Amino acid sequence: MAYPSAIREVHGSQLSEIREQGLYKEERYIHSPQSARIQVEYPSGAAVKAVVNLCANNYLGLSSHPDVIQAAHAALDERGYGLSSVRFICGTQDIHRELEAALSAFLGTEDTILFPSCMDANAGVFEAFLGSEDVIISDRLVHASIVDGIRLCKAVTDTYKHANMKHLEQKLEEHQGKRVRLIVTDGVFSMDGDMAPLDEICSLADAYDAMVFVDDSHATGFIGRTGRGTPEHFGVLGGIDVITTTLGKALGGAAGGCVSGRKEVVELCRQRARPYLFSNTMAPPLVAGALKVLEILSSSTARRDKLEENTEFWRRGLTEAGFVVKQGESPIVPVMLYNARLSQDVARDLFAEGIYVIGFFFPVVPQGQARIRTQLSADHDIPLLEKALEAFERVGEKHGILGLDKKGIIEKFGM
Amino acid sequence: MEEVILEYIRNEYLDEDDEEDIELDSKTPLISSGIVDSFSMVSLKRFLEKKYEISIPDAEASAEAFDTVANIVRLIQRHQGDA
Repeated sequence: MAYPSAIREVHGSQLSEIREQGLYKEERYIHSPQSARIQVEYPSGAAVKAVVNLCANNYLGLSSHPDVIQAAHAALDERGYGLSSVRFICGTQDIHRELEAALSAFLGTEDTILFPSCMDANAGVFEAFLGSEDVIISDRLVHASIVDGIRLCKAVTDTYKHANMKHLEQKLEEHQGKRVRLIVTDGVFSMDGDMAPLDEICSLADAYDAMVFVDDSHATGFIGRTGRGTPEHFGVLGGIDVITTTLGKALGGAAGGCVSGRKEVVELCRQRARPYLFSNTMAPPLVAGALKVLEILSSSTARRDKLEENTEFWRRGLTEAGFVVKQGESPIVPVMLYNARLSQDVARDLFAEGIYVIGFFFPVVPQGQARIRTQLSADHDIPLLEKALEAFERVGEKHGILGLDKKGIIEKFGM
Repeated sequence: MEEVILEYIRNEYLDEDDEEDIELDSKTPLISSGIVDSFSMVSLKRFLEKKYEISIPDAEASAEAFDTVANIVRLIQRHQGDA
């Protein structure tokens, strides 16, 4: 009730400050299902425009897959819309346990617990099994949800330079006196598209008696020969103690996440993880949709194979066209522009060309590391990507950045 | 003291490629420039407490107090004065 004008002004000036810093986030309204080609209203009120989507986490193109939609429809009819309960009161149906078992089988783990999102899984998992006698040593570029989860936990915290194994080893040595040493990393890093060297991390964990935690949200379903994620890619399947991942990206893209791994850790989450204990259960249509996704992925690797082919084509095409592309193997392909303003100008010009991408700059990525993050999907095909590449070349040509390296771009546009 | 802290920051927070791009001195912004993120600041705090045998209360370990080496030196000197 009490919202005096002075407070309204304070909030208003905070919003103005966000705008002035160029950090104001605007939603673009999409008038179609998620896909490689979408209908976008942007800016608000503008005519709807058909564009190629290169910024969705719809890696396997399953967000609008007819079989997934049909499975969700059937569950809606058979199991209802919602359960109006947390899991442990009256919110667990047989299909929730079925999905947890299917995820354990897919990820090669002992047990799994579902959360409303992977953000929630990361927020709850650390305090469920670690205390003040333990230490969490995390890569400096882990996802924000992991940082939040670590902050909620009483364990001592430390960090190591991104993917720097020498630095990690130093930290493991430093913390030998602790009860548990937990190494925490993303499997694929969302802004750079590079992978954590899990084989080396697991060797260090063995040598220094540490547990390993991997958030594989940008990998589950498509990284590794059969899509089991970064542990499969690095030959350490079954060796990761705690995996968190999402159903909100490649695995259908609706909502939901999980903690999967050592059964005692999962059981402790079931007893203590606050986002599990105090938020609603996953709705039946989403559970059934995710089950169908895992069935599709377990029967064929065609989608992850196509994604790999698209990714190779796209990385090669951008590089040959003269863009600076962050090296890696994942379908996250950042086009480096370094300068924040340039990243916004290029994104705007690409949208005019019918290509939907977003420019990222500080503080989302480090200072002077502005970029356009492109993301591939199994829904794309080579002719569509050829067209997108032509648009990139036209816009690159317009800004005079084709063929320039990092130094050249910075000389021309500043950092 | 300044040089010891700068050396620690170089080793702990900068990668080899960064060292070409980033000139570090006692006035270089650390937190607001993103060289040290607020979450990773904890190892710097631990280093200072151990090295200079002081205890910095969390309330004083603000992004502002840690934003330059000059600020950090002032903070340490104040605490050493307390001892």
